[in-house]
Amino acid sequence: MKKNKVILNFKELSIIIDRLCHQLVENHFDFSKTILIGLQPRGVLFAQKILSRLCEITNKNIQYGELDVTFFRDDFRRRPGVLTPHETNIDFSIENFNVVIIDDVLYTGRTIRSALDALGSFGRANSIELLTLIDRRFTREIPIEAKYIGKSVDVFETEYVIVNLDLDDKESNVLLLNN
Amino acid sequence: MKDFSVNHLLGIKNLSQNDIKLIFDVASKFKEVINRPIKKVPTLRDITVANLFFENSTRTKLSFELAEKRLSAEVINFSSSGSSVSKGETLVDTVNNILAMKVDIVVIRHPDAGAASFLSKNIQASVINAGDGSHEHPTQALLDSFSILEKMNDIKGKNILLLGDIKHSRVALSNIFCLQKLGANVRVCGPPTLIPKNIHDLNVEVSFNLKESLNWCDAVNVLRIQLERQNLKLFPSLREYTMMYGVNKELLQTINKEILILHPGPINRGVEITSEVADSHQSIILNQVENGVAIRMAVLYLLASKIKIS
Repeated sequence: MKKNKVILNFKELSIIIDRLCHQLVENHFDFSKTILIGLQPRGVLFAQKILSRLCEITNKNIQYGELDVTFFRDDFRRRPGVLTPHETNIDFSIENFNVVIIDDVLYTGRTIRSALDALGSFGRANSIELLTLIDRRFTREIPIEAKYIGKSVDVFETEYVIVNLDLDDKESNVLLLNN
Repeated sequence: MKDFSVNHLLGIKNLSQNDIKLIFDVASKFKEVINRPIKKVPTLRDITVANLFFENSTRTKLSFELAEKRLSAEVINFSSSGSSVSKGETLVDTVNNILAMKVDIVVIRHPDAGAASFLSKNIQASVINAGDGSHEHPTQALLDSFSILEKMNDIKGKNILLLGDIKHSRVALSNIFCLQKLGANVRVCGPPTLIPKNIHDLNVEVSFNLKESLNWCDAVNVLRIQLERQNLKLFPSLREYTMMYGVNKELLQTINKEILILHPGPINRGVEITSEVADSHQSIILNQVENGVAIRMAVLYLLASKIKIS
């Protein structure tokens, strides 16, 4: 029987988003040399929330793009069916910019590895950092860690972390699904 | 998770509407990739593709090769001129020798209809038909429909005209299947000698009146006169063909709307289409060429995804 446990409710989520944004401001100042990149498909909604809160805090326009990593994944031909790609919206060069990759859940690290490869198609960034809402600890398959973490959780392999983000924040939460 | 229903791309006839939509969906993502500063992705780095061209080709061969290289596949090229084919080797023997070099996907163009299908039943590799005689040229039809879709947002209910040498054109047959599967109304127009007599079986309209057909359509795909496939003289002269069925600016000005102009290439400028029309803002001929690479990347990607690593 499936049992859901709320890891973060909407209030906790908004506090975490605020905190992450202030951490970014601390390191990136006026964001003139910074680009935020949301990862398709599920990191994008979270990245948009970070972007919109950051714009409120800084009162500046911050460069933002969305990246799909499907063609750079290492499990092509290893899964049933077709890996269907999503849209990439990056119509600028990242050459010499500081890039912050934003995703909802950091799990094995393989998606982020693919993202690092994919970003190379848009130029050589000055630096690349990772921001994640949820860090599933002790599950990494490759040595990748996030610089900005919303919440770290320790969960079993059989459990799923589901991030529900809605335009209406009151419906947003993070659930732990026990199979 | 979506799936691609075929292991080979032999013709549009074998594809479902969902397959075509999946190809378009993936192709639109590859179109973004080929407009990046670095246009290459590593997806097919462990796939080897053999391009076997038993018939002349410039555009299709280059387009396939570029698509394969953009996907990081290993590519080997073969053309029948100067090969052992001229010493009497059979098609299956030639291909099996190439496959012994561990090839995963074969792209084949052949002067005989059914060559790709025959090959797919006799070899252990995915086969892509890059044109078989006067039968099918599926990737051309896919890129034509994709180009129309890009400009018109939808194909369903649109009137599409195929003009010229329908009888000898593999592009025409594949286009008819593709456009119909996407819900378009298809009409063919050309001299009666260049329209197959049983074309009505395909549920297409036939007209011999170019001006009326241009008024009817939203897009016209102007096909090349295939002199190399004509044993008989099917019309009196190229000059007369141009007068009756050539698309020119004056003719387009007489119709009351702006229509899209497509041409699969190579263009016989001044015969089936004037330079003025081919280079006009209504023409999407160069879009077709760009989309050709994206469509072929999508087909290669989808077929390669069916070759699982155990």
